[in-house]
Amino acid sequence: MPIIEVNHFTTRRLQILDPSGVVDEQLMPDLGDEALVGLLCSMLRMRTFDEKALNLQRQGRIGTFGSLRGQEAAQAGLTLNLIDEDWLVPSIREQGVLEGRGLPMHLYYSFCKGDERASQIPDGLNATPQSIPIASQLLHAAGLGMALKLRNEEAAAVGFAGDGATSEGDFHEALNFAGVFGAQTLFYIQNNGWAISVPFSQQTAAETIAQKAFAYGFEGMQVDGNDVLAVYVASRDALDHVRSGKGPYLIEALTYRMESHTTADDHTRYRPAAEVEAWRARDPISRMRTFLSRQGLWDEQQEAELVAKVSAEVEAEVEALEAMPRPPATDIFDYMFAELPATLIEQRQQLIAESRNGK
Amino acid sequence: MASDAATALAPSSGERMTMVQALNQALAQEMERDPAILLMGEDVGPDGGVFRVTAGLIERFGDQRVLDTPLAESGIIGTAIGLCIGGFRPITEIQFMGFIYPAINQLFAHAARLRNRSRGRLSVPLVVRMPYGGGIRPPEHHSESYEAMLANTPGLKTVIPADPYDAKGLLISAIRDDDPVIFLEPKRLYRAFRQAVPEEPYTVPIGKGRVYRPGKDVTVIAYGSMVQVANAAADRAAKQEISVEVIDLRSIVPLDVEIFIESVRKTGRAVVVHEAPRTCGFGAEIVAQINERALLNLLAPVERVTGFDTIFPGAVLEDHYMPNPDRVLAAIKRTLEF
Repeated sequence: MPIIEVNHFTTRRLQILDPSGVVDEQLMPDLGDEALVGLLCSMLRMRTFDEKALNLQRQGRIGTFGSLRGQEAAQAGLTLNLIDEDWLVPSIREQGVLEGRGLPMHLYYSFCKGDERASQIPDGLNATPQSIPIASQLLHAAGLGMALKLRNEEAAAVGFAGDGATSEGDFHEALNFAGVFGAQTLFYIQNNGWAISVPFSQQTAAETIAQKAFAYGFEGMQVDGNDVLAVYVASRDALDHVRSGKGPYLIEALTYRMESHTTADDHTRYRPAAEVEAWRARDPISRMRTFLSRQGLWDEQQEAELVAKVSAEVEAEVEALEAMPRPPATDIFDYMFAELPATLIEQRQQLIAESRNGK
Repeated sequence: MASDAATALAPSSGERMTMVQALNQALAQEMERDPAILLMGEDVGPDGGVFRVTAGLIERFGDQRVLDTPLAESGIIGTAIGLCIGGFRPITEIQFMGFIYPAINQLFAHAARLRNRSRGRLSVPLVVRMPYGGGIRPPEHHSESYEAMLANTPGLKTVIPADPYDAKGLLISAIRDDDPVIFLEPKRLYRAFRQAVPEEPYTVPIGKGRVYRPGKDVTVIAYGSMVQVANAAADRAAKQEISVEVIDLRSIVPLDVEIFIESVRKTGRAVVVHEAPRTCGFGAEIVAQINERALLNLLAPVERVTGFDTIFPGAVLEDHYMPNPDRVLAAIKRTLEF
């Protein structure tokens, strides 16, 4: 019996804008000047909101928070391709995507404060609340993608996770179910190199996360996650594929978490400063800024105006955050079930009696 | 095991059918009514499920409504949650309750919490059907009763029918419920006896227990397969002129506290029966409720007849583990002789 080659796969990695700000003209997407500038603006917005969150945390005005600094391109390039009918199934570091899709940032800040009203995503934004148990949300994205497929809707469910999540069983079960049922799901994995203190090299012996998709019967690819143009192109094509019912897709965006895992973590304990510095030179914002400046599309004046405008928005969001009245204590009970069972009604009454009428 | 009293409360009309047939009819009628309902699980398609509860449904509703899934419990519950968010109402089958552990994260961290986490914007109208409990001499891991951990997880309802009539009515209620309902099917009762089950769809409300057998001397509180055991013990007690009231809780969350408190206030004696292990078993909650609400009515300590705090034994020793009418009767007598 001869030995035959059963299959083979090739993992592609896309980069269009290199770290020095030079684009590959062959691969350059057909985006107008306004959209190109828009990509830089949305990255700058994300960073401004992020820096404010760090300040608020340091002042004790919000609690633990996980910065997205360094991952702005990975989020902005994708966000530009999203449509209202898509479903977003985020992990805990997708605040850039959510903000880009219209989540008021005071709600995000209030999430970091422990105010659960933050997870009541406003009507009109198809998103699940941020999911803290790692990788578990990817199954919801697979199920949502199955729902879209069953209804023949031209939309995608986008499941977000990081590199650490790919070690969890739910990651594999999600890819497997999505493959079997042809779910309209885009698995969007931001490989930022670190799962708290454990480097990617210790999560898997595989060279890439993208290649894991092939084992489940669909395609995956890598993209330079600090190159907003590559992210834009890769996610545009992947979303077209997914929305048209051709099956799921996986994108591995290679990026870097510039800050600690959260404000409760200290990354200097486990990773070399030189590595962080090397990635600073690959900053997603500065390379796009360099490119647009050379094109004559962006200058310091424009940037100063944008930052001033966004900063004013940030301040308004902080005001909105701090103007939120405390939720009533009875909120603990009031969303447990569609109809509260008698035993819980009794406990609710007890809380009211013992907490100064629920204040 | 079926005693005459097992059918004492049966309705007068309807085909006499087993619990498996009653469940199958409920599934078919609800799927007919609401196209958003899907069936998902391992072997639920052409095989009809290992107990045949879903027999004939893929032929009737097609493979877009009845989904034979990959063999992965977390995947089944996790994707079902996504389908709920996407507007469907999936009914999932976990083949045996002993295999639920891989799906616990999805059930506890997500299904139970999504309504609360999203402050009511999203909900999980999910049914998780699981055959549970012992009594059929299967291999290891096929006999467990893990209901106490479900009851200790806020956000889940746990329903446990005790006969074919209730199985149909409670399942229809579970399917129409807008929150996740764990539906535990006592597998030893699947084909244990037949009962008249009305053809038309009907509901048995979730959260309302029933007086399965009226009595005046001792209250025996049970659910699922143990209702029949309690009833058999009550038959024997009756021959010794002891009048036993059997309460069938029907669901442990929500819990119908009033029904057994009222009974205990009347009888002054109580025995709680379940086949799950004793420590932190659901019986402990029943005893605590009685303490809080009917302590001064008690004429004797409340007895518990339960499984032991051991691993569920293999088929050879199974009968030593399972509560049986002898053990229940002995407990009834202890409360009378106190």
